[in-house]
Amino acid sequence: MIVARTGNEAMAEAMRQINPDVVAAYPITPATEVVQLFASFVADGLVTTEFVPAESEHSALSACVGAAAAGARVMTSTSSQGLALMHEILFIASGLRLPIVICLVNRALSSPINIHCDHSDSLASRDSGWLQIFTENTQEAYDTTIMAVKMAEEIMLPAMVTTDGFIISHGMERIELIEDEKVPQWLGERKIINNLLDVNNPITLGMLDLQDYYFEHKRQTIEAMNNALPIIEKVQKEFGDAFGRYYPIVDEYKMEDAEVAILTMGSTGGTGKVAVDRMRKKGKKVGLVRCRIYRPFPKEAMLKAITKVRVLGIMDRADTLSTLGGHLYNDCRSILYESEKKPLLKNYIYGLGGRDISIEEIEEIFDQLLKIKDTGKVDKDIVYYGVRGE
Amino acid sequence: MMATLKELAQQGEKFLGGHRACAGCGATIVARQVLLAAQYPVVVGAATGCLEVISTIFPYSAWNVPYIHNAFENVAATMAGVEAAYKALKRKGKIDKELRFIAFGGDGGTYDIGLQALSGMIERRHRVLYVCYNNEAYMNTGIQRSSATPYGAHTTTSPAGTVLPGKLQPRKNLTEIVIAHEPAYAAQATIGYWNDLVTKVRKALDANGPSFINVFSPCRLGWAYPPEKTIAITRLAVETCVWPLYEYENGKYRITVKPKEKKPVEEFLKIQGRFAHLFKLKDKTPIEEFQAEVDRIWERLQKRCAE
Repeated sequence: MIVARTGNEAMAEAMRQINPDVVAAYPITPATEVVQLFASFVADGLVTTEFVPAESEHSALSACVGAAAAGARVMTSTSSQGLALMHEILFIASGLRLPIVICLVNRALSSPINIHCDHSDSLASRDSGWLQIFTENTQEAYDTTIMAVKMAEEIMLPAMVTTDGFIISHGMERIELIEDEKVPQWLGERKIINNLLDVNNPITLGMLDLQDYYFEHKRQTIEAMNNALPIIEKVQKEFGDAFGRYYPIVDEYKMEDAEVAILTMGSTGGTGKVAVDRMRKKGKKVGLVRCRIYRPFPKEAMLKAITKVRVLGIMDRADTLSTLGGHLYNDCRSILYESEKKPLLKNYIYGLGGRDISIEEIEEIFDQLLKIKDTGKVDKDIVYYGVRGE
Repeated sequence: MMATLKELAQQGEKFLGGHRACAGCGATIVARQVLLAAQYPVVVGAATGCLEVISTIFPYSAWNVPYIHNAFENVAATMAGVEAAYKALKRKGKIDKELRFIAFGGDGGTYDIGLQALSGMIERRHRVLYVCYNNEAYMNTGIQRSSATPYGAHTTTSPAGTVLPGKLQPRKNLTEIVIAHEPAYAAQATIGYWNDLVTKVRKALDANGPSFINVFSPCRLGWAYPPEKTIAITRLAVETCVWPLYEYENGKYRITVKPKEKKPVEEFLKIQGRFAHLFKLKDKTPIEEFQAEVDRIWERLQKRCAE
């Protein structure tokens, strides 16, 4: 069915069709709508979910942990400070190997307080053992929300699916919905290995590990992350085979003969593709790479994509505040260390706090990258693009 | 309703020995008595704290019931989630057993950092029994004051010094804060009056809604007394009215154990190291203030219990 939906509406629709056992959430801009719409589905009897309107995001995720441990299929939604408040529990969810799915609407972290999009919230949580998938548009947000449930349950790690705050979350697009009954059919039942509600076979969950076991248990979570990519690929293929929409690990756009490219995440992928088309019309051999699966980091697929070009502009919508540039930039520098082919890199930190990035600005970035290709020199490796005084 | 020792002894143990609690630990007696009282299969959650640390050191567990530990401040929220899952799965026909849910938290995890989650759990009417094993300080990190620490007590963050006589503030009255939420059932209890505690646990688990029991639970390390005195101290706490045993049910208060004669607080204070400095002072005002606070709360409680 073809409909017009905002990103938040699309994620809520996906949740309605998934019909999770438990949703626990606390409202936060710009993610509020997701749970607000979901609450109305509960009120109208369109889902059989137990909805827990918690008194904070910390408690919301804590309740998700309890519910997931009890064998339920569990989802929530949050943004920015809400994710930051969940931070402590993010690690507990992954350490306990609980397949919780968060619909995360990306928003800047305070201070200064700001409600608009950048990626500082999810990227500040990148080391918490959650799968992180950045979506480019509403259709992808909808599809990925459904896929994430299966990925999380098969990998036994929690997952966050992100949209760009206000850009995707509140922007309306044409999307294709899957028929209601086909979503639960495709997902199947959650398989449970350890069930807290099985009183005949009591388990102890969340135990204390001393020096003699902690490392081994942590190693198992690391191994789950190490083994996640093939499962993610498999689920994406199963989804494509069932519904006709296939998603890549790393999205490559006009990269076959590209000489320079930009690497992006989230909605800038869409803006960037239009810029690529315009540049191509001018005869410039440019391309775009979009990091869709960010955690686990898709080393092989990323290397394959970015080593096709001589110059790569890496666009980070957050800063690590480490003086070393953005998250994606650092990840890519890291994987390139052992690569024989190393493109010249330039890091563009852009769009913090929702500052717009236009097609023209991306064209300008391409012009800069083409100039680097010609001169072979990167004058400045990290730039803060679009900020006054840079 | 009254349990007999014979009846309780015939129950299988749900909290087992072999854990690593100190000799004379009150918290482990709380866990054992509460679980013995449960006449339904239960799922238990615990906040970070002594009880969790001493009972679940991998690969050993003292819990003979399903158990989950999440973090320090969120056992109420965690068990709210477990209960929500139970409701959802029951509605969907995926589970048919009648289960009950119990959250254990120390006073730090309940009075202080976990208060918000506890408030949320009760307000949303999750059918969970929250048991606070109240040893009146942060014992797990080495005896720091909590808001449950009584006036005059020495802790490492309210030390008795040359100028200050221990903690300067009386304790927070959490039971009353919980009652202000109008739970289905609330009570104060202690392990020295096991039958009173067992009866309260049964009432709480039968109550159709959130319930709370604040269990006075001595810590021999933090309170500095010989381990064999744990139960005696709880009885002194009740006899001096330092820890009144009462319950709140259907909007009404009731004192469940009335001391035959109200003993002076000195009798409770003098056998504990945490108050020893008060007896060395020339100025007896701190003890008098302690007594005055106990009297004030006791008077108020009696008024609330009057028909």
